[in-house]
Amino acid sequence: MTRKNIVVSLIILLVFIMSALIVLPLDNGILFSRGVELGLDLQGGLRIVYEADLSGVTDGNKDEILQGVVKVITNRINPLGVSEPQIEKQGDDRIVVSLPGLSISDTEKDRIGRTALLEFREYKSVDGEMQWVPAAGEINGVEKILNSSYFKENTYAATDDFGRIVLVFEFNEEGAKLSEQITSRLIGQSLGIFEGDEPLLGDDGRPIAPTVESVISNRGQITGLSLNEATTLSQQLNAGRLPVPLEIIYEQTVSPSLGSNFVDLSLKAGVIGLALVMLFMILYYKVPGIVASLALLFYAVITLALYKLIPVTLTLAGIGGFILSIGMAVDANVLIFERIKEELQAGRTLGSAIEAGFDRAWSAIRDSNITTFIVCIILFWVGSAVAAGASVQGFALTLFVGVAVSMFTAITVTRTIMRLFIGSRVSAKKQLFSPYLGGEK
Amino acid sequence: MIDFIGKRFKLIAFTAILLIVFIIVLATSGLKMGIDFSSGSLLTISFDNEVAIEDLRQELSNLDYDNAVVQVTGDGDFLIRTFALEADEKASLEAALEERFGNLEELAFENVDPIIAQQTAKYAAIAVFAAAMGIMLYISWAFRKMPNPFRYGACAIIALAHDIIVVMGVYAILSIFVNLEVNLMFITGILAVLGYSVNDTVVVFDRIRENRLKSPSADFAITVNKSLVDTLTRSLNTGITTIVVIIALIVFIGSTILNFAIVMLIGVIAGTFSSIFVASPLLVIWEKNEWRRFIPWLKTKEVKA
Repeated sequence: MTRKNIVVSLIILLVFIMSALIVLPLDNGILFSRGVELGLDLQGGLRIVYEADLSGVTDGNKDEILQGVVKVITNRINPLGVSEPQIEKQGDDRIVVSLPGLSISDTEKDRIGRTALLEFREYKSVDGEMQWVPAAGEINGVEKILNSSYFKENTYAATDDFGRIVLVFEFNEEGAKLSEQITSRLIGQSLGIFEGDEPLLGDDGRPIAPTVESVISNRGQITGLSLNEATTLSQQLNAGRLPVPLEIIYEQTVSPSLGSNFVDLSLKAGVIGLALVMLFMILYYKVPGIVASLALLFYAVITLALYKLIPVTLTLAGIGGFILSIGMAVDANVLIFERIKEELQAGRTLGSAIEAGFDRAWSAIRDSNITTFIVCIILFWVGSAVAAGASVQGFALTLFVGVAVSMFTAITVTRTIMRLFIGSRVSAKKQLFSPYLGGEK
Repeated sequence: MIDFIGKRFKLIAFTAILLIVFIIVLATSGLKMGIDFSSGSLLTISFDNEVAIEDLRQELSNLDYDNAVVQVTGDGDFLIRTFALEADEKASLEAALEERFGNLEELAFENVDPIIAQQTAKYAAIAVFAAAMGIMLYISWAFRKMPNPFRYGACAIIALAHDIIVVMGVYAILSIFVNLEVNLMFITGILAVLGYSVNDTVVVFDRIRENRLKSPSADFAITVNKSLVDTLTRSLNTGITTIVVIIALIVFIGSTILNFAIVMLIGVIAGTFSSIFVASPLLVIWEKNEWRRFIPWLKTKEVKA
């Protein structure tokens, strides 16, 4: 029994040390070198929920169309350089885009969800007036306008042998046919690039309108652009077009400077909350209180290690859930210690009082924590179904992990440490193990 | 030993009156809905220059944002709540404010479409209902060895209803003095309170289960009272440690989780109270079939407590 207990103690100690090495330092643990993942509200960033207009789409195709939307948005976002963008379907017709840590202009934000294609136009006389009109060709007798949907998604900006910036592109089959017809007609003239009815503007604020120098069928290149223009244009061409219009129904942007403040504050709240709970437990329960405080420390470290490993993205609400669970984590210990107190009052020895205390408290700990789990599961479900629900989800997850870990630490860790006292000199002094003994209630 | 259960009729009557007062408060002053539920935009900005909140309000009203609500945060940033702003509306609002007050920085922006607000409200209602049902079913199952296990579940749920009404009532009273809105974090707080309070109730019921199995012939009122006294220290101590961390949350973090923390603070107190003074006395009244005591004109067949 004692020997087994020593083995368990060592295992617990090992788990604690491992967890501590995973947790510290917070931004890059010694083991696994992981940082705590921070949510949008803490590291800043952008979250947008789009609703796709699927009115013209048959039921069977909806899923495929949405997958297409996700792909296009992903293409548009990749060049923004977000380390961990999340682009996901939600429900039947929604796309949730989370871009943590990103701070972008409203124009860039606008571009992510824009439906419009880039369209090529020629400058020609219509009813005696010079106008930009869509450049069209004919395929199988049908007139089609050359636009960005005919580009393969492998456009890139490069420097050619003469040191000039070039935009290299490739058309798909239909695009090649259209381009051949159009460029052979327009040699020496300009091709304007339009987004909707607006010409695409270069760095100098003037429209980008490359001159057609030769007939282009499969592949071609555009010269005369600045590096910035070429890069932006290639991204827009690669991004492809959205198959259906999108509308923003929820959006949240947070500047990184607003959130960073809260990380320090949360740490402070956590440490002070933890210290006060420990102080209370020690003052009230004496030796068991010290044991519970140790278990609580284990609890905090193991929980944080799990947050890093799972990983759980910590929002402010999630941190709230974690700190709250510190207060609730001692509940199991309080239940157990009250039982031990009763058993000691009934005249048992410390050893049997400890064992009986744990056994008797178990059903209450189990039943009461299961109800908390039920609440967590429902909160998690709501958080995933609701557009603004990221923080609710974060809270549910941290509270769930917290309560689960607390059942382990408050029971296994506390019991193991308490057993170490059995038979020791301290154990003779029962009053150290009970808040008050023999007092009439 | 303190006799809680002997005073069960007074306790329940007192609680009922308290609840009626809170319901009246809720009906008359009501709760302020945040943009999560009512839709709209929330813009957080800071100015390089010192700007007085009155001037900002005045300027917004000059710009025809008459219904805008302006608040100043602890760091001197401004929260401006308006109807749902389109991208260009936001841009022109910011430009107008910059022209009047000088350079500003947009710290945060949240925009909730009415579709989303409606859906959020629906899910919040479903969540509270589902949580209550889940808890009731679980308790009825966990206490299946007791006679009438459903009564345990039902009494726990009545205690939860008590907690929700108290939380909303106190919140409504507080929101007269401070700007407190009902948002998703409020609902999260309500559900966390449900979890906490039922946790408390289950601990008492667990003791009732144990004491009853130990001495099945004892008067149920005495069994319940003994169980309450047995678990009283635990209820108070867990309440204290939980309140300590909630206060740490309020004092050090506040901000977006302030609503949540305030709901929790009220809820933990209400939940501790309701497990002792609502759920258990009700269970005794139900088990002893003493409902007639509450209907004066049926007092003829009174059962001695």
